[in-house]
Amino acid sequence: MKEIPEYEKDLASIRTMMERSAKFISLSGLSGVLAGVYALCGAIAAYYIVHYPIAPLDDGTYSVSEPEALLKLILIAAVVFAASLSTGLWLSNKKARKQGLKLWSPTSRKLLINISIPLVSGGVFILIMLYTGHFGLAAPASLIFYGLALIQGSLNTFDEIRYLGYSEIILGLVSAMFPGYGLIFWALGFGILHIVYGAIMYNKYDK
Amino acid sequence: MKNPFENLDKVLEHRTRLQIMSVLVTNDGYEFNSLKEVLSITDGNLASHIKALEREKYLSVSKSFVERKPNTKYKITERGRNAFKKHLDALEAVVKQQK
Repeated sequence: MKEIPEYEKDLASIRTMMERSAKFISLSGLSGVLAGVYALCGAIAAYYIVHYPIAPLDDGTYSVSEPEALLKLILIAAVVFAASLSTGLWLSNKKARKQGLKLWSPTSRKLLINISIPLVSGGVFILIMLYTGHFGLAAPASLIFYGLALIQGSLNTFDEIRYLGYSEIILGLVSAMFPGYGLIFWALGFGILHIVYGAIMYNKYDK
Repeated sequence: MKNPFENLDKVLEHRTRLQIMSVLVTNDGYEFNSLKEVLSITDGNLASHIKALEREKYLSVSKSFVERKPNTKYKITERGRNAFKKHLDALEAVVKQQK
């Protein structure tokens, strides 16, 4: 028979093991903030390509249908995505090491597989939209699919990600009602929301 | 009043075994190497505790080959799940009684 504090430790270790084996807890909040900053930079660059010199809140007379502008936009989106992903991997790896865990673990693999299903289907869907000339709903679609990916991912990491997911979906649906303002909503969803949520997560889990 | 200590599971009193069961109760199947990573213990250590749990029929083993490498996966059995739950209740009762 063991002492009582030992039994309390047993209970605590059950909780730790359940969480550690099912959830990836090394996701860095700071990388969320940085991803938001990259997205805002991308949105500003996109604004100069698509809208300029029309003011951003003026009715968006889209010129995206020009293949050259479209290509540039896709390039910007790809750069933002790549930068966010590599920052996320780098900072999460650092955090994992600090926690004595590994970045590439059963839980991070599960997280990756689960979020890539909505992300890849959304990505392909958007490319098809662009290819077939349906430019207006590309930004809303990217927000909605990203939101679905986050909700899916919240099963395998911090549960709060779910609320970011809900916000992205709501924003995506609202933006679908306002064609021509895709860029503004995109900047809100991928820029501002990331910065806000990243800062909350950073305060709660990274400190 | 009944003594809650009597309800504790002798096999699960060992913390590593309890941790293995905690992982299996939350996940639908877990591989040997993943289990080793999560618990951060050695091969031999893990294998011996798994043996003990297997003997009690608390978990089931399935072996297969993934890319020609042997892959061993563990699943909790119904018996194991019940034992885990009973032990957890007993742990809570023991700790509560003391307060």
